[in-house]
Amino acid sequence: MFSRDNWREIFQTIQKNKLRTFLSGFTVALGILIFVVLFGFGNGLINTFQSFFEDDAQNIITFFPGQTTMPYKGYKSGRQIEFDNSDLADIEKDFPMFLEYVTPRIGRTYLVKYKNEFNNYSTRGVAPSHQFAEKTIIMKGRYLDELDTSKKTKNAVIGRLVERDLFGQEDAIGNYIDVGGSVFKVVGVYQDDGGDDEERRIYVPYTTIQLIEKNTDKVNQIIVAFRPELGYAGAMAFEKSLSTFFKEKKFIKPEDQNGIFVRNVAEGLKRTQQLARVLQLIVSFVAFGTIIAGIIGISNIMVFVVKERTKELGIRKALGATPKSVIGTILLESIFITTISGILGMLIGIAILSSLDKTLEDFFITNPYIDMPVAIFATLVLIIFGAVAGYIPAKRAARIKPIVALRDE
Amino acid sequence: MIQIKDLHKSYKMGKNSLHVLKGINFTVEEGELVAIMGSSGSGKSTLLNILGMLDELDEGSYTLDGVPIKNLNETKAAQYRNKFLGFVFQSFNLINYKSAAENVALPLYYQKVPRKERQEKALKYLAQVGLTEWANHLPSELSGGQKQRVAIARAMAAEPKVLLADEPTGALDSTTSYEVMDLIQKINDQGNTILIVTHEPDIAAMCKRIVHLKDGIILEDKKIEQVRAAKYVQ
Repeated sequence: MFSRDNWREIFQTIQKNKLRTFLSGFTVALGILIFVVLFGFGNGLINTFQSFFEDDAQNIITFFPGQTTMPYKGYKSGRQIEFDNSDLADIEKDFPMFLEYVTPRIGRTYLVKYKNEFNNYSTRGVAPSHQFAEKTIIMKGRYLDELDTSKKTKNAVIGRLVERDLFGQEDAIGNYIDVGGSVFKVVGVYQDDGGDDEERRIYVPYTTIQLIEKNTDKVNQIIVAFRPELGYAGAMAFEKSLSTFFKEKKFIKPEDQNGIFVRNVAEGLKRTQQLARVLQLIVSFVAFGTIIAGIIGISNIMVFVVKERTKELGIRKALGATPKSVIGTILLESIFITTISGILGMLIGIAILSSLDKTLEDFFITNPYIDMPVAIFATLVLIIFGAVAGYIPAKRAARIKPIVALRDE
Repeated sequence: MIQIKDLHKSYKMGKNSLHVLKGINFTVEEGELVAIMGSSGSGKSTLLNILGMLDELDEGSYTLDGVPIKNLNETKAAQYRNKFLGFVFQSFNLINYKSAAENVALPLYYQKVPRKERQEKALKYLAQVGLTEWANHLPSELSGGQKQRVAIARAMAAEPKVLLADEPTGALDSTTSYEVMDLIQKINDQGNTILIVTHEPDIAAMCKRIVHLKDGIILEDKKIEQVRAAKYVQ
């Protein structure tokens, strides 16, 4: 069936019937191309949704102090809750099983000066582990360390854009800047995937800010990172026991929802993943529909091809072509065309996807891609169904009596 | 070469059944040139189709070169057609995207003859019909007579036991018809058995035997003095 002679016969038929070849090839190539591109766009959408959360670590729970709205244990409502250093120590002491790290965050905005340049910058007092929570990437120098915290040093880590604003082309490392009236030494410059705002920040030891602000021990927020192996359920349970801990310690009525606020990334992450899954489902559905449309298209063309060739097949049969060879000729031809054009469509689709790489980010499509196995699988499906679709009319054609086929004009 | 005994054939036309062949007895020896004549509807084409294994008989028996032809499946029929029979049709039935030589070589392809040998044989038979220079032309570039000569070369290429021609001159003018008949006579002179269906008396007169069909039975079966077509051909 696969002798050189057969192939020569098939190539000749393909060459001499360009329109037919083009039609069936085009259908398959287009089907696969649309499938690949759609699927790639879907993946790009999912990428975008996931990247919303990739900027920060995904295992953190942030606690914000609030105002009580219910009286409790002799305290009246409307009381402002405040976190302090002892809370950090207590969490570290009470939850070692769940805890990866804990860091406070004190948010201030200071006027920052270097030589003649000055600007207002959001300045954060943090512990060294804050680097992991914010996924801060050090470009040069270093991040704050434990020594900075314990010695309350006046060291600062500044964002890439802060360096550019204040220092221009100059290297900031080792230079001193004026932060809200105190002089800090720049020990590191960082970058962050979260965008320009996040690169216009200054990080200093939280203990230093506390010292400057009349040696207080208050902190604004507490960021707790749970062990990733806890999973979603574990994270939710941990969040619950931490809330209970805070409410007890700060004398907040358990039912009071406003004493403290919690933001758990795990929750949002889960929602995003669900959204991504739904998106994937929709995209798969559309892509599946494209493949079905492709199969129907190639089936129609095969019916047309066989119809068009009825007379030729009659002649061939009169000259001694067996039904097997008639079916074989039609099938091999169709499989050959679908395979070549399927692969072509797939490659073009992949090429389009990779050429679009960055250009579609405005449309929430980041790095559209398709897994090779998926693309190859879809191509194979189309080829196989194209063959099946060709087989049915081919078999019918092979069964037509040559005398009937010859009469066909 | 061909023995037919008590052949019946009818077609179902809706509720009615049309009895086309009503008991044909008929023998053809090797080397004969037989014309089957009859008006339209006499059953001559049906007879030829049964002889050519393009159609099946209802009753009776058909033996071709000592082989009983009955209950053939499609594959077997195709093999027998390829081995025993060459066809020439009124409408030529060349494959339009294949050159003359490729058309002639096609039955050899189904005989699984190697490519080189196929091409040699195709050219040899094209030479016999005088179309060597036209070997690489497509059917659309040939005249009707040339097309029919290609078709005859194709029918001969498989070296069949019997050549069956269904109105081979039906689509040709009389000059071209005589050219084609001259060719058929020459092939017959080489000892090939040929059956021609025709309704033209002058064509039939160029055969060696005329079988008259009417309403599904043989009316007359006589040997005649052959008129040579060569004298009409310049």
